[in-house]
Amino acid sequence: MPSPAVRVRGLEKHYGALCALDGIDLDIGEGEFFALLGPNGAGKTTLISILAGLVRPTAGFAQVLGHDVQADYRQVRRLLGVVPQELVFDPFFTVRETLEFQSGYFGLARNEDWIDALLHHLGLADKADSNMRRLSGGMKRRVLVAQALVHKPPVIVLDEPTAGVDVELRQSLWAFIRDLNRQGHTILLTTHYLEEAETLCQRVAMLKAGRIVALDRTDNLLRSCGERHLRLRLAAADLPESLATRLVGRKGDEFILSLPDLDDLEPTLAALRMAGATVLDMGLDQPDLEDIFVRVMGQGTPTPSPSPARGRGALLESLSRPEGKR
Amino acid sequence: MTGFRTLLHKEVLRFWKVIWQTVAAPVLTALLYLLIFFHVLEGHVQVYPGVSYTAFLMPGLIMMAVLQNAFANGSSSLIQSKITGNLVFVLLAPLSYLEFFLAYLVAAMLRGLLVGTGVAAVGLLFADLPVAHFGWVLAFALASSAAFASVGIVAGIWADKFDHLAGVQNFVIMPLTFLSGVFYSIHSLPAFWQSVSHFNPVFYMIDGFRYGFFGQADTSPWLGLAVVAPSALVLGLLTLLLLRRGYKLRH
Ligand SMILES: Nc1ncnc2c1ncn2[C@@H]1O[C@H](COP(=O)(O)OP(=O)(O)OP(=O)(O)O)[C@@H](O)[C@H]1O
Ligand SMILES: [Mg+2]
Repeated sequence: MPSPAVRVRGLEKHYGALCALDGIDLDIGEGEFFALLGPNGAGKTTLISILAGLVRPTAGFAQVLGHDVQADYRQVRRLLGVVPQELVFDPFFTVRETLEFQSGYFGLARNEDWIDALLHHLGLADKADSNMRRLSGGMKRRVLVAQALVHKPPVIVLDEPTAGVDVELRQSLWAFIRDLNRQGHTILLTTHYLEEAETLCQRVAMLKAGRIVALDRTDNLLRSCGERHLRLRLAAADLPESLATRLVGRKGDEFILSLPDLDDLEPTLAALRMAGATVLDMGLDQPDLEDIFVRVMGQGTPTPSPSPARGRGALLESLSRPEGKR
Repeated sequence: MTGFRTLLHKEVLRFWKVIWQTVAAPVLTALLYLLIFFHVLEGHVQVYPGVSYTAFLMPGLIMMAVLQNAFANGSSSLIQSKITGNLVFVLLAPLSYLEFFLAYLVAAMLRGLLVGTGVAAVGLLFADLPVAHFGWVLAFALASSAAFASVGIVAGIWADKFDHLAGVQNFVIMPLTFLSGVFYSIHSLPAFWQSVSHFNPVFYMIDGFRYGFFGQADTSPWLGLAVVAPSALVLGLLTLLLLRRGYKLRH
Protein backbone atom coordinates (compact mmCIF):
# COMPACT_ATOMS: atom_id res chain seq x y z
CA MET A 1 0.00 0.00 0.00
CA PRO A 2 1.43 3.40 -0.89
CA SER A 3 2.23 5.77 1.96
CA PRO A 4 -0.34 8.47 2.60
CA ALA A 5 0.59 12.04 1.80
CA VAL A 6 0.61 12.86 5.49
CA ARG A 7 0.68 10.45 8.41
CA VAL A 8 0.68 11.62 11.99
CA ARG A 9 0.65 9.37 15.04
CA GLY A 10 0.37 10.24 18.70
CA LEU A 11 1.66 13.72 17.97
CA GLU A 12 2.09 15.96 20.99
CA LYS A 13 3.62 19.38 21.43
CA HIS A 14 3.99 21.04 24.79
CA TYR A 15 5.14 24.58 25.38
CA GLY A 16 5.91 24.45 29.08
CA ALA A 17 2.60 23.72 30.77
CA LEU A 18 0.64 24.49 27.63
CA CYS A 19 -0.36 21.55 25.50
CA ALA A 20 -0.64 22.85 21.93
CA LEU A 21 -1.15 19.38 20.44
CA ASP A 22 -2.50 16.60 22.60
CA GLY A 23 -2.17 13.30 20.77
CA ILE A 24 -3.06 13.75 17.10
CA ASP A 25 -3.58 10.76 14.81
CA LEU A 26 -4.28 11.62 11.21
CA ASP A 27 -3.84 10.24 7.71
CA ILE A 28 -4.29 12.35 4.61
CA GLY A 29 -4.38 10.36 1.39
CA GLU A 30 -2.48 11.28 -1.73
CA GLY A 31 -4.51 13.61 -3.91
CA GLU A 32 -6.90 14.66 -1.17
CA PHE A 33 -8.13 18.19 -0.65
CA PHE A 34 -8.19 18.32 3.13
CA ALA A 35 -9.23 21.03 5.56
CA LEU A 36 -7.91 21.48 9.06
CA LEU A 37 -10.35 23.65 10.97
CA GLY A 38 -10.44 24.98 14.48
CA PRO A 39 -10.67 28.16 16.51
CA ASN A 40 -7.69 30.41 17.24
CA GLY A 41 -5.07 28.58 19.24
CA ALA A 42 -6.44 25.12 18.44
CA GLY A 43 -3.04 23.95 17.22
CA LYS A 44 -3.41 24.07 13.43
CA THR A 45 -0.27 26.05 12.78
CA THR A 46 1.63 23.96 15.30
CA LEU A 47 0.70 20.79 13.42
CA ILE A 48 1.72 22.32 10.10
CA SER A 49 4.97 23.58 11.59
CA ILE A 50 5.83 20.09 12.76
CA LEU A 51 5.25 18.74 9.25
CA ALA A 52 7.51 21.47 7.89
CA GLY A 53 10.21 20.77 10.47
CA LEU A 54 9.93 24.27 11.98
CA VAL A 55 8.76 22.86 15.29
CA ARG A 56 9.89 19.64 16.90
CA PRO A 57 7.24 17.42 18.45
CA THR A 58 7.33 16.50 22.12
CA ALA A 59 6.03 13.00 21.35
CA GLY A 60 4.80 11.00 18.39
CA PHE A 61 5.90 11.20 14.79
CA ALA A 62 4.89 12.69 11.46
CA GLN A 63 5.59 11.50 7.93
CA VAL A 64 5.17 13.06 4.53
CA LEU A 65 4.78 10.54 1.72
CA GLY A 66 6.45 7.95 3.93
CA HIS A 67 9.40 10.11 4.98
CA ASP A 68 9.89 10.99 8.61
CA VAL A 69 9.84 14.76 9.03
CA GLN A 70 12.84 14.72 11.34
CA ALA A 71 15.07 11.87 10.22
CA ASP A 72 14.51 12.60 6.55
CA TYR A 73 14.06 16.35 6.75
CA ARG A 74 15.59 17.29 3.42
CA GLN A 75 13.41 14.90 1.45
CA VAL A 76 10.30 16.03 3.34
CA ARG A 77 10.99 19.67 2.57
CA ARG A 78 11.33 18.88 -1.12
CA LEU A 79 7.91 17.20 -1.03
CA LEU A 80 6.24 19.97 0.90
CA GLY A 81 5.22 23.49 -0.11
CA VAL A 82 4.11 25.58 2.83
CA VAL A 83 2.33 28.93 2.76
CA PRO A 84 2.99 30.33 6.24
CA GLN A 85 0.22 32.05 8.13
CA GLU A 86 2.26 35.13 8.98
CA LEU A 87 2.67 37.70 6.25
CA VAL A 88 6.46 37.60 5.99
CA PHE A 89 8.74 38.91 3.26
CA ASP A 90 12.29 40.02 2.68
CA PRO A 91 12.30 43.78 2.17
CA PHE A 92 15.63 43.72 0.34
CA PHE A 93 14.33 42.06 -2.80
CA THR A 94 11.84 42.26 -5.65
CA VAL A 95 9.08 39.73 -6.28
CA ARG A 96 11.06 38.00 -9.00
CA GLU A 97 14.24 37.90 -6.95
CA THR A 98 12.26 36.44 -4.06
CA LEU A 99 10.97 33.64 -6.28
CA GLU A 100 14.34 33.02 -7.90
CA PHE A 101 16.00 32.71 -4.51
CA GLN A 102 13.29 30.38 -3.29
CA SER A 103 13.79 28.21 -6.39
CA GLY A 104 17.52 28.18 -5.76
CA TYR A 105 17.09 27.03 -2.17
CA PHE A 106 15.25 24.05 -3.60
CA GLY A 107 18.11 23.34 -5.98
CA LEU A 108 16.42 24.75 -9.09
CA ALA A 109 18.88 26.96 -10.90
CA ARG A 110 16.69 27.66 -13.93
CA ASN A 111 13.02 28.04 -13.10
CA GLU A 112 11.97 31.07 -15.15
CA ASP A 113 9.13 29.40 -17.02
CA TRP A 114 7.42 28.14 -13.92
CA ILE A 115 8.06 31.43 -12.10
CA ASP A 116 6.41 33.28 -14.99
CA ALA A 117 3.47 30.88 -14.88
CA LEU A 118 3.09 31.39 -11.13
CA LEU A 119 3.26 35.17 -11.52
CA HIS A 120 0.58 34.94 -14.17
CA HIS A 121 -1.76 32.62 -12.27
CA LEU A 122 -1.50 34.69 -9.11
CA GLY A 123 -2.00 38.03 -10.86
CA LEU A 124 1.50 39.22 -10.04
CA ALA A 125 2.91 39.57 -13.56
CA ASP A 126 2.94 43.38 -13.46
CA LYS A 127 4.51 43.40 -9.99
CA ALA A 128 7.40 41.10 -10.86
CA ASP A 129 10.02 43.82 -10.56
CA SER A 130 8.50 45.71 -7.65
CA ASN A 131 10.23 45.63 -4.32
CA MET A 132 8.41 43.46 -1.79
CA ARG A 133 8.09 46.47 0.51
CA ARG A 134 5.91 48.26 -2.02
CA LEU A 135 3.29 45.53 -2.33
CA SER A 136 -0.06 45.66 -0.59
CA GLY A 137 -0.86 43.03 2.02
CA GLY A 138 -2.89 40.89 -0.36
CA MET A 139 -0.13 41.05 -2.96
CA LYS A 140 2.42 39.92 -0.40
CA ARG A 141 0.15 37.01 0.44
CA ARG A 142 0.12 36.03 -3.25
CA VAL A 143 3.91 36.05 -3.29
CA LEU A 144 3.88 33.73 -0.27
CA VAL A 145 1.69 31.33 -2.22
CA ALA A 146 4.00 31.54 -5.22
CA GLN A 147 7.04 30.91 -3.02
CA ALA A 148 5.47 27.75 -1.65
CA LEU A 149 4.91 26.46 -5.18
CA VAL A 150 8.26 27.19 -6.86
CA HIS A 151 9.34 23.56 -6.63
CA LYS A 152 5.95 22.08 -7.61
CA PRO A 153 5.61 20.18 -4.35
CA PRO A 154 3.35 17.11 -4.34
CA VAL A 155 1.96 18.13 -0.94
CA ILE A 156 0.82 21.72 -0.59
CA VAL A 157 0.04 23.17 2.82
CA LEU A 158 -1.82 26.46 3.02
CA ASP A 159 -2.14 28.10 6.43
CA GLU A 160 -4.94 30.63 6.00
CA PRO A 161 -3.93 31.61 2.49
CA THR A 162 -6.96 33.82 1.90
CA ALA A 163 -6.74 36.02 4.99
CA GLY A 164 -6.77 39.59 3.71
CA VAL A 165 -7.11 38.61 0.07
CA ASP A 166 -9.76 40.21 -2.14
CA VAL A 167 -12.65 38.27 -3.67
CA GLU A 168 -11.23 38.17 -7.16
CA LEU A 169 -7.91 36.69 -6.13
CA ARG A 170 -9.59 34.33 -3.74
CA GLN A 171 -11.51 32.87 -6.65
CA SER A 172 -8.56 32.73 -9.00
CA LEU A 173 -6.37 31.32 -6.22
CA TRP A 174 -8.82 28.53 -5.52
CA ALA A 175 -9.26 27.81 -9.22
CA PHE A 176 -5.49 27.48 -9.45
CA ILE A 177 -5.18 25.31 -6.34
CA ARG A 178 -8.07 23.14 -7.51
CA ASP A 179 -6.28 22.68 -10.78
CA LEU A 180 -3.14 21.58 -8.95
CA ASN A 181 -5.28 19.20 -6.90
CA ARG A 182 -6.75 17.73 -10.10
CA GLN A 183 -3.22 17.17 -11.36
CA GLY A 184 -2.60 15.05 -8.28
CA HIS A 185 -1.20 17.46 -5.71
CA THR A 186 -2.41 16.84 -2.17
CA ILE A 187 -3.77 19.97 -0.52
CA LEU A 188 -3.91 20.62 3.21
CA LEU A 189 -5.69 23.82 4.05
CA THR A 190 -6.53 25.77 7.17
CA THR A 191 -9.03 28.57 7.01
CA HIS A 192 -11.52 30.42 9.13
CA TYR A 193 -13.79 30.85 6.10
CA LEU A 194 -15.80 27.68 6.47
CA GLU A 195 -17.63 28.04 3.15
CA GLU A 196 -14.25 27.70 1.47
CA ALA A 197 -13.56 24.44 3.24
CA GLU A 198 -17.06 23.21 2.51
CA THR A 199 -16.92 23.80 -1.21
CA LEU A 200 -13.28 22.80 -1.73
CA CYS A 201 -12.42 20.01 0.64
CA GLN A 202 -13.39 16.38 0.46
CA ARG A 203 -12.46 15.77 4.04
CA VAL A 204 -12.33 17.87 7.16
CA ALA A 205 -10.68 17.59 10.55
CA MET A 206 -11.76 19.86 13.35
CA LEU A 207 -9.24 20.65 16.01
CA LYS A 208 -9.99 21.96 19.47
CA ALA A 209 -7.43 22.58 22.18
CA GLY A 210 -4.92 20.33 20.46
CA ARG A 211 -7.24 17.39 19.87
CA ILE A 212 -9.19 16.21 16.85
CA VAL A 213 -12.87 16.49 17.71
CA ALA A 214 -14.30 15.68 14.28
CA LEU A 215 -12.81 13.91 11.30
CA ASP A 216 -14.89 12.84 8.35
CA ARG A 217 -15.78 13.41 4.75
CA THR A 218 -17.36 16.81 4.31
CA ASP A 219 -20.58 15.36 2.88
CA ASN A 220 -20.86 12.88 5.76
CA LEU A 221 -20.45 15.65 8.25
CA LEU A 222 -23.11 17.71 6.53
CA ARG A 223 -25.45 14.69 6.46
CA SER A 224 -24.78 13.62 10.01
CA CYS A 225 -25.94 16.98 11.13
CA GLY A 226 -28.87 16.80 8.75
CA GLU A 227 -31.14 19.31 10.33
CA ARG A 228 -32.66 21.45 7.61
CA HIS A 229 -34.84 24.38 8.38
CA LEU A 230 -37.92 25.55 6.51
CA ARG A 231 -38.57 29.25 6.75
CA LEU A 232 -42.15 30.27 6.20
CA ARG A 233 -43.93 33.59 5.94
CA LEU A 234 -47.67 33.19 6.13
CA ALA A 235 -50.58 35.49 5.45
CA ALA A 236 -52.02 34.49 8.81
CA ALA A 237 -50.44 35.57 12.06
CA ASP A 238 -50.28 32.08 13.50
CA LEU A 239 -48.84 28.79 12.48
CA PRO A 240 -51.39 26.00 11.98
CA GLU A 241 -51.74 23.95 15.18
CA SER A 242 -50.68 20.74 13.45
CA LEU A 243 -47.18 22.17 12.78
CA ALA A 244 -46.50 23.48 16.27
CA THR A 245 -44.25 20.55 17.10
CA ARG A 246 -41.95 21.44 14.21
CA LEU A 247 -41.50 25.03 15.24
CA VAL A 248 -37.98 25.75 16.49
CA GLY A 249 -37.86 29.51 16.30
CA ARG A 250 -39.05 32.75 14.79
CA LYS A 251 -37.16 35.38 12.97
CA GLY A 252 -39.14 38.56 12.33
CA ASP A 253 -42.40 37.45 10.78
CA GLU A 254 -40.94 34.14 9.67
CA PHE A 255 -41.58 30.80 11.29
CA ILE A 256 -38.66 28.43 11.38
CA LEU A 257 -39.55 24.78 11.23
CA SER A 258 -37.23 21.85 11.73
CA LEU A 259 -37.03 19.45 8.84
CA PRO A 260 -34.82 16.52 9.86
CA ASP A 261 -35.23 14.89 6.48
CA LEU A 262 -36.22 16.09 3.03
CA ASP A 263 -39.02 13.50 3.15
CA ASP A 264 -40.60 15.65 5.85
CA LEU A 265 -41.15 18.47 3.37
CA GLU A 266 -44.20 17.12 1.59
CA PRO A 267 -46.18 16.29 4.79
CA THR A 268 -45.40 19.77 6.09
CA LEU A 269 -46.71 21.41 2.93
CA ALA A 270 -49.75 19.15 3.05
CA ALA A 271 -50.42 20.25 6.61
CA LEU A 272 -50.29 23.87 5.49
CA ARG A 273 -52.79 23.22 2.73
CA MET A 274 -55.06 21.30 5.07
CA ALA A 275 -55.12 24.24 7.45
CA GLY A 276 -55.84 26.56 4.51
CA ALA A 277 -52.77 28.69 5.22
CA THR A 278 -51.49 31.03 2.49
CA VAL A 279 -47.73 30.96 2.03
CA LEU A 280 -46.26 34.34 1.11
CA ASP A 281 -42.64 33.27 1.06
CA MET A 282 -40.59 30.27 1.96
CA GLY A 283 -37.01 29.07 1.92
CA LEU A 284 -35.00 26.01 2.84
CA ASP A 285 -31.81 26.32 4.87
CA GLN A 286 -29.30 23.54 4.40
CA PRO A 287 -26.99 22.88 7.31
CA ASP A 288 -23.51 24.04 6.49
CA LEU A 289 -20.08 23.46 7.86
CA GLU A 290 -20.37 26.48 10.06
CA ASP A 291 -23.36 24.94 11.86
CA ILE A 292 -21.44 21.77 12.40
CA PHE A 293 -18.35 23.66 13.49
CA VAL A 294 -20.29 25.68 16.03
CA ARG A 295 -21.97 22.55 17.28
CA VAL A 296 -18.80 20.51 17.57
CA MET A 297 -16.87 23.30 19.23
CA GLY A 298 -19.75 23.95 21.60
CA GLN A 299 -19.56 20.47 23.07
CA GLY A 300 -17.91 20.42 26.46
CA THR A 301 -15.44 17.59 26.31
CA PRO A 302 -13.86 16.61 23.03
CA THR A 303 -14.75 13.13 21.83
CA PRO A 304 -12.93 11.32 19.04
CA SER A 305 -16.03 11.19 16.85
CA PRO A 306 -18.75 13.67 17.53
CA SER A 307 -22.20 12.32 18.21
CA PRO A 308 -24.47 14.81 16.52
CA ALA A 309 -26.21 15.94 19.65
CA ARG A 310 -29.20 17.97 18.61
CA GLY A 311 -29.18 20.24 21.58
CA ARG A 312 -31.35 23.27 21.52
CA GLY A 313 -28.37 25.52 22.20
CA ALA A 314 -26.62 24.42 19.06
CA LEU A 315 -29.79 24.86 17.07
CA LEU A 316 -30.32 28.38 18.22
CA GLU A 317 -26.76 29.21 17.33
CA SER A 318 -27.23 27.82 13.88
CA LEU A 319 -30.33 29.93 13.52
CA SER A 320 -28.51 33.12 14.23
CA ARG A 321 -26.15 32.88 11.33
CA PRO A 322 -26.05 35.70 8.82
CA GLU A 323 -28.86 36.37 6.39
CA GLY A 324 -28.63 35.16 2.86
CA LYS A 325 -26.76 31.95 3.56
CA ARG A 326 -28.86 28.97 2.68
CA MET B 1 25.29 23.05 -4.42
CA THR B 2 22.61 25.23 -5.98
CA GLY B 3 21.07 25.73 -2.56
CA PHE B 4 24.36 26.88 -1.05
CA ARG B 5 25.15 29.11 -4.03
CA THR B 6 21.73 30.73 -3.93
CA LEU B 7 21.84 31.43 -0.21
CA LEU B 8 25.36 32.81 -0.54
CA HIS B 9 24.27 34.98 -3.46
CA LYS B 10 21.32 36.26 -1.46
CA GLU B 11 23.48 37.04 1.55
CA VAL B 12 26.05 38.87 -0.55
CA LEU B 13 23.33 40.81 -2.39
CA ARG B 14 21.81 41.74 0.96
CA PHE B 15 24.88 43.73 2.03
CA TRP B 16 25.74 44.79 -1.50
CA LYS B 17 22.41 46.58 -1.89
CA VAL B 18 23.24 48.72 1.13
CA ILE B 19 26.94 48.99 0.47
CA TRP B 20 27.12 52.54 1.83
CA GLN B 21 26.22 51.28 5.26
CA THR B 22 27.94 47.93 5.14
CA VAL B 23 31.24 48.73 3.44
CA ALA B 24 31.71 52.46 2.87
CA ALA B 25 30.82 53.46 6.45
CA PRO B 26 33.40 51.25 8.19
CA VAL B 27 36.04 52.30 5.67
CA LEU B 28 35.27 55.92 6.51
CA THR B 29 35.66 55.17 10.23
CA ALA B 30 39.10 53.67 9.59
CA LEU B 31 39.98 56.70 7.49
CA LEU B 32 39.18 58.96 10.46
CA TYR B 33 41.43 56.89 12.73
CA LEU B 34 44.22 57.15 10.21
CA LEU B 35 43.79 60.91 9.79
CA ILE B 36 43.99 61.50 13.52
CA PHE B 37 46.85 59.15 14.27
CA PHE B 38 48.77 60.27 11.22
CA HIS B 39 48.75 63.89 12.35
CA VAL B 40 49.12 63.34 16.07
CA LEU B 41 51.54 60.47 16.41
CA GLU B 42 53.43 60.15 13.16
CA GLY B 43 57.12 60.83 13.86
CA HIS B 44 56.61 60.65 17.66
CA VAL B 45 56.12 56.94 18.06
CA GLN B 46 58.07 54.15 16.48
CA VAL B 47 57.14 50.61 17.40
CA TYR B 48 59.38 48.60 15.11
CA PRO B 49 62.62 49.98 13.66
CA GLY B 50 62.14 51.26 10.14
CA VAL B 51 58.31 51.13 10.33
CA SER B 52 56.42 54.41 10.58
CA TYR B 53 53.63 54.52 13.16
CA THR B 54 50.96 54.91 10.48
CA ALA B 55 52.29 51.89 8.64
CA PHE B 56 52.40 49.99 11.93
CA LEU B 57 48.81 50.96 12.60
CA MET B 58 47.45 49.83 9.24
CA PRO B 59 47.45 46.04 9.62
CA GLY B 60 45.74 46.44 12.99
CA LEU B 61 43.08 48.74 11.58
CA ILE B 62 42.55 46.47 8.59
CA MET B 63 42.20 43.41 10.78
CA MET B 64 39.88 45.21 13.17
CA ALA B 65 37.64 46.18 10.26
CA VAL B 66 37.71 42.63 8.90
CA LEU B 67 36.73 41.17 12.27
CA GLN B 68 34.01 43.66 13.10
CA ASN B 69 32.38 43.38 9.70
CA ALA B 70 32.62 39.61 9.49
CA PHE B 71 30.86 39.57 12.84
CA ALA B 72 28.31 42.18 11.84
CA ASN B 73 27.22 40.55 8.61
CA GLY B 74 25.98 37.20 9.83
CA SER B 75 24.62 38.55 13.08
CA SER B 76 22.62 41.41 11.60
CA SER B 77 21.33 39.37 8.69
CA LEU B 78 20.10 36.60 10.98
CA ILE B 79 18.52 38.86 13.57
CA GLN B 80 16.72 40.82 10.86
CA SER B 81 15.45 37.64 9.25
CA LYS B 82 14.34 36.31 12.60
CA ILE B 83 12.56 39.47 13.63
CA THR B 84 10.84 40.01 10.28
CA GLY B 85 10.12 36.27 10.12
CA ASN B 86 11.49 35.73 6.63
CA LEU B 87 14.07 33.24 7.90
CA VAL B 88 11.20 30.77 7.50
CA PHE B 89 11.87 30.66 3.75
CA VAL B 90 15.34 29.30 4.38
CA LEU B 91 14.13 27.01 7.16
CA LEU B 92 11.46 25.52 4.86
CA ALA B 93 14.00 24.71 2.15
CA PRO B 94 15.91 21.45 1.90
CA LEU B 95 19.26 23.08 2.68
CA SER B 96 21.63 21.01 4.77
CA TYR B 97 23.00 22.53 7.95
CA LEU B 98 26.39 22.65 6.32
CA GLU B 99 25.06 24.58 3.31
CA PHE B 100 23.26 27.01 5.61
CA PHE B 101 26.39 27.51 7.71
CA LEU B 102 28.80 27.86 4.80
CA ALA B 103 26.60 30.37 2.97
CA TYR B 104 26.38 32.69 5.98
CA LEU B 105 30.05 32.10 6.77
CA VAL B 106 31.39 32.89 3.32
CA ALA B 107 29.15 35.94 2.88
CA ALA B 108 30.34 37.33 6.21
CA MET B 109 33.98 36.64 5.34
CA LEU B 110 33.54 38.34 1.99
CA ARG B 111 32.14 41.45 3.60
CA GLY B 112 34.92 41.48 6.19
CA LEU B 113 37.61 41.08 3.55
CA LEU B 114 35.99 43.67 1.30
CA VAL B 115 35.98 46.25 4.09
CA GLY B 116 39.54 45.26 4.99
CA THR B 117 40.62 45.85 1.40
CA GLY B 118 38.89 49.22 1.44
CA VAL B 119 40.71 50.21 4.63
CA ALA B 120 44.02 49.11 3.10
CA ALA B 121 43.29 51.21 0.01
CA VAL B 122 42.64 54.41 1.95
CA GLY B 123 45.59 53.61 4.22
CA LEU B 124 47.91 53.73 1.24
CA LEU B 125 47.11 57.44 1.00
CA PHE B 126 48.99 57.92 4.27
CA ALA B 127 51.83 55.46 4.23
CA ASP B 128 53.38 52.71 2.19
CA LEU B 129 52.58 49.25 3.35
CA PRO B 130 55.19 46.61 2.52
CA VAL B 131 54.12 43.01 2.15
CA ALA B 132 56.84 40.73 3.49
CA HIS B 133 54.96 37.42 3.40
CA PHE B 134 51.68 37.49 1.49
CA GLY B 135 50.94 33.90 2.57
CA TRP B 136 50.76 34.95 6.22
CA VAL B 137 48.62 37.96 5.37
CA LEU B 138 46.14 35.72 3.57
CA ALA B 139 46.21 32.93 6.14
CA PHE B 140 45.44 35.29 9.05
CA ALA B 141 42.85 37.23 7.07
CA LEU B 142 40.97 34.03 6.19
CA ALA B 143 41.22 32.24 9.53
CA SER B 144 40.39 35.34 11.56
CA SER B 145 37.45 36.42 9.43
CA ALA B 146 36.11 32.84 9.53
CA ALA B 147 36.31 32.81 13.33
CA PHE B 148 34.45 36.09 13.71
CA ALA B 149 31.94 35.17 11.01
CA SER B 150 31.05 32.11 13.09
CA VAL B 151 30.77 34.19 16.24
CA GLY B 152 28.45 36.52 14.33
CA ILE B 153 26.25 33.64 13.18
CA VAL B 154 26.00 32.26 16.72
CA ALA B 155 25.22 35.71 18.10
CA GLY B 156 22.57 36.23 15.42
CA ILE B 157 20.95 32.91 16.23
CA TRP B 158 21.11 33.51 19.97
CA ALA B 159 19.93 37.13 20.07
CA ASP B 160 16.21 37.84 20.36
CA LYS B 161 16.52 41.55 19.65
CA PHE B 162 18.98 44.09 18.35
CA ASP B 163 19.88 45.12 21.92
CA HIS B 164 21.35 41.69 22.56
CA LEU B 165 23.60 42.06 19.54
CA ALA B 166 24.66 45.54 20.55
CA GLY B 167 25.59 44.04 23.91
CA VAL B 168 27.84 41.44 22.32
CA GLN B 169 29.31 44.10 20.06
CA ASN B 170 30.07 46.52 22.90
CA PHE B 171 31.05 44.13 25.68
CA VAL B 172 32.83 41.37 23.79
CA ILE B 173 33.90 42.35 20.29
CA MET B 174 35.05 45.90 20.96
CA PRO B 175 37.14 45.15 24.10
CA LEU B 176 38.70 42.11 22.47
CA THR B 177 39.71 44.04 19.39
CA PHE B 178 40.84 47.22 21.14
CA LEU B 179 42.87 45.34 23.75
CA SER B 180 44.68 43.27 21.19
CA GLY B 181 47.43 45.55 20.02
CA VAL B 182 45.74 47.36 17.17
CA PHE B 183 47.26 50.65 18.30
CA TYR B 184 50.40 49.46 20.10
CA SER B 185 52.87 46.64 20.50
CA ILE B 186 52.05 44.63 23.59
CA HIS B 187 55.72 44.97 24.54
CA SER B 188 54.89 48.53 25.50
CA LEU B 189 52.40 47.23 28.11
CA PRO B 190 53.19 46.44 31.76
CA ALA B 191 54.09 42.78 32.31
CA PHE B 192 50.67 41.87 33.72
CA TRP B 193 48.75 43.18 30.72
CA GLN B 194 51.26 41.59 28.40
CA SER B 195 50.46 38.18 29.79
CA VAL B 196 46.72 38.92 29.73
CA SER B 197 47.03 39.82 26.05
CA HIS B 198 48.41 36.36 25.36
CA PHE B 199 45.01 34.94 26.30
CA ASN B 200 43.22 37.14 23.79
CA PRO B 201 42.92 35.29 20.48
CA VAL B 202 42.43 38.60 18.68
CA PHE B 203 45.95 39.56 19.70
CA TYR B 204 47.29 36.63 17.66
CA MET B 205 45.09 37.52 14.70
CA ILE B 206 46.47 41.04 14.55
CA ASP B 207 50.01 40.10 15.42
CA GLY B 208 50.24 37.34 12.82
CA PHE B 209 48.61 39.57 10.22
CA ARG B 210 51.12 42.30 11.01
CA TYR B 211 53.97 39.80 10.68
CA GLY B 212 52.80 39.15 7.12
CA PHE B 213 53.40 42.81 6.26
CA PHE B 214 56.58 43.68 8.16
CA GLY B 215 58.25 40.33 8.73
CA GLN B 216 58.41 41.20 12.42
CA ALA B 217 55.83 41.13 15.21
CA ASP B 218 55.40 40.47 18.91
CA THR B 219 55.25 36.67 18.66
CA SER B 220 55.87 33.99 16.09
CA PRO B 221 53.24 33.71 13.34
CA TRP B 222 53.33 29.94 13.80
CA LEU B 223 52.20 30.31 17.38
CA GLY B 224 49.55 32.72 16.15
CA LEU B 225 48.31 30.28 13.55
CA ALA B 226 48.28 27.52 16.13
CA VAL B 227 45.87 29.63 18.16
CA VAL B 228 43.77 31.19 15.41
CA ALA B 229 43.18 28.25 13.07
CA PRO B 230 41.91 25.89 15.79
CA SER B 231 39.78 28.74 17.20
CA ALA B 232 38.15 29.22 13.82
CA LEU B 233 37.62 25.47 13.50
CA VAL B 234 36.12 25.05 16.96
CA LEU B 235 33.84 28.07 16.51
CA GLY B 236 32.74 26.72 13.13
CA LEU B 237 31.97 23.30 14.56
CA LEU B 238 30.10 24.85 17.45
CA THR B 239 27.98 26.87 15.01
CA LEU B 240 27.21 23.76 12.99
CA LEU B 241 26.24 21.91 16.14
CA LEU B 242 23.85 24.68 17.18
CA LEU B 243 22.30 24.67 13.71
CA ARG B 244 21.86 20.91 13.84
CA ARG B 245 20.25 21.16 17.23
CA GLY B 246 17.90 23.77 15.80
CA TYR B 247 18.90 26.02 18.71
CA LYS B 248 16.48 28.98 18.79
CA LEU B 249 15.52 28.37 15.17
CA ARG B 250 13.35 25.27 15.42
CA HIS B 251 11.32 24.98 18.61
N1 LIG C 1 6.44 29.33 20.25
C1 LIG C 1 5.42 29.15 21.10
N2 LIG C 1 5.61 29.24 22.42
C2 LIG C 1 4.60 29.07 23.29
N3 LIG C 1 3.34 28.77 22.94
C3 LIG C 1 3.09 28.67 21.62
C4 LIG C 1 4.09 28.84 20.65
N4 LIG C 1 3.54 28.67 19.42
C5 LIG C 1 2.24 28.41 19.65
N5 LIG C 1 1.95 28.39 20.96
C6 LIG C 1 0.64 28.11 21.56
O1 LIG C 1 0.16 26.89 21.02
C7 LIG C 1 -1.24 26.96 20.84
C8 LIG C 1 -1.60 26.58 19.43
O2 LIG C 1 -1.17 27.61 18.56
P1 LIG C 1 -1.34 27.53 16.99
O3 LIG C 1 -0.59 28.68 16.42
O4 LIG C 1 -0.99 26.19 16.52
O5 LIG C 1 -2.89 27.77 16.83
P2 LIG C 1 -3.75 27.87 15.48
O6 LIG C 1 -4.74 26.79 15.51
O7 LIG C 1 -2.87 27.95 14.31
O8 LIG C 1 -4.49 29.26 15.72
P3 LIG C 1 -4.88 30.43 14.67
O9 LIG C 1 -6.19 30.07 14.08
O10 LIG C 1 -5.01 31.63 15.57
O11 LIG C 1 -3.78 30.55 13.68
C9 LIG C 1 -1.67 28.36 21.24
O12 LIG C 1 -2.18 28.31 22.54
C10 LIG C 1 -0.39 29.15 21.19
O13 LIG C 1 -0.43 30.19 22.14
MG1 LIG D 1 -2.51 29.33 12.91
